[in-house]
Amino acid sequence: MSDLTVGDVIAEQSFELSRDSLVRYAGASGDFNPIHYRDDVAQSVGLPGVLAHGMLTMGLAVQPVIDWLGTRGVVTDYGVRFTRPVLVDATDGATVTVVAKVGAILDETTRLDLTVTFADQTVLGKAQVQVRFS
Amino acid sequence: MNPELQGRVFEPVAPYLVGREKVREFARAVFSTSPLSLDPAAAQAAGYADVVAPPTFAVVVQEATLAQLLAEPDGGIDFSRVVHGEQRFSYTRPIVAGDELTATLAVTSIKSLGGNDMVTAESTIVDASGEHVVTATSTLVVRGEA
Repeated sequence: MSDLTVGDVIAEQSFELSRDSLVRYAGASGDFNPIHYRDDVAQSVGLPGVLAHGMLTMGLAVQPVIDWLGTRGVVTDYGVRFTRPVLVDATDGATVTVVAKVGAILDETTRLDLTVTFADQTVLGKAQVQVRFS
Repeated sequence: MNPELQGRVFEPVAPYLVGREKVREFARAVFSTSPLSLDPAAAQAAGYADVVAPPTFAVVVQEATLAQLLAEPDGGIDFSRVVHGEQRFSYTRPIVAGDELTATLAVTSIKSLGGNDMVTAESTIVDASGEHVVTATSTLVVRGEA
């Protein structure tokens, strides 16, 4: 894609997570760790409350890239570090915001760098997606 | 954690048959709105045999291999202290409903850092013809006893 420049913001989106979202992800993924749906269990292991699955945050964070890409290509690589938890309040839920920027234009792929934040703090580190245009 | 885990390669886990409704269920759970993942006709129009799994779907296939690692009798990994540190997926091609996938785990690295142990495990996932589809790599942090 010759019309892309490093630093361009290609997508920006916010996601509203609720406890329902966590239960839905637990069922879909098979990850039934109770720290993702029970406050008492979360607190018993020293957490402030129920957390989103890291893999849910990772999974939704790439979706703005998928929508932007459409049928023009495929994701060839996607990696993240889990740096901070996303606390999902029983009443208010949690808002996770994703900004995707062009990080590098390589020979065969384009790297998109994701900034993923919750409560004004980054929750994923080195979140990078490589896409190959067809 | 047992440092001798480094380099260990496990037996392949039982094949995982990717179902259309499982892909759609997973896609909805990660807030996908992509017609390629949700609508078989749209996927077929784009040249795929069936719906295309979101990039992180491979974790569902990988899961059985991580269970092998945690259950390894001489592994010494206390599951209650395990935190997910890093995750990566490297694809040769997307996963599509109908794929029969087989995952094989290898432990590529064991490290100790600041009182915590870190294990990096690589699950190589191939299709029914043995062709590479995706490698899913997890780094698990086993928190030290405080």
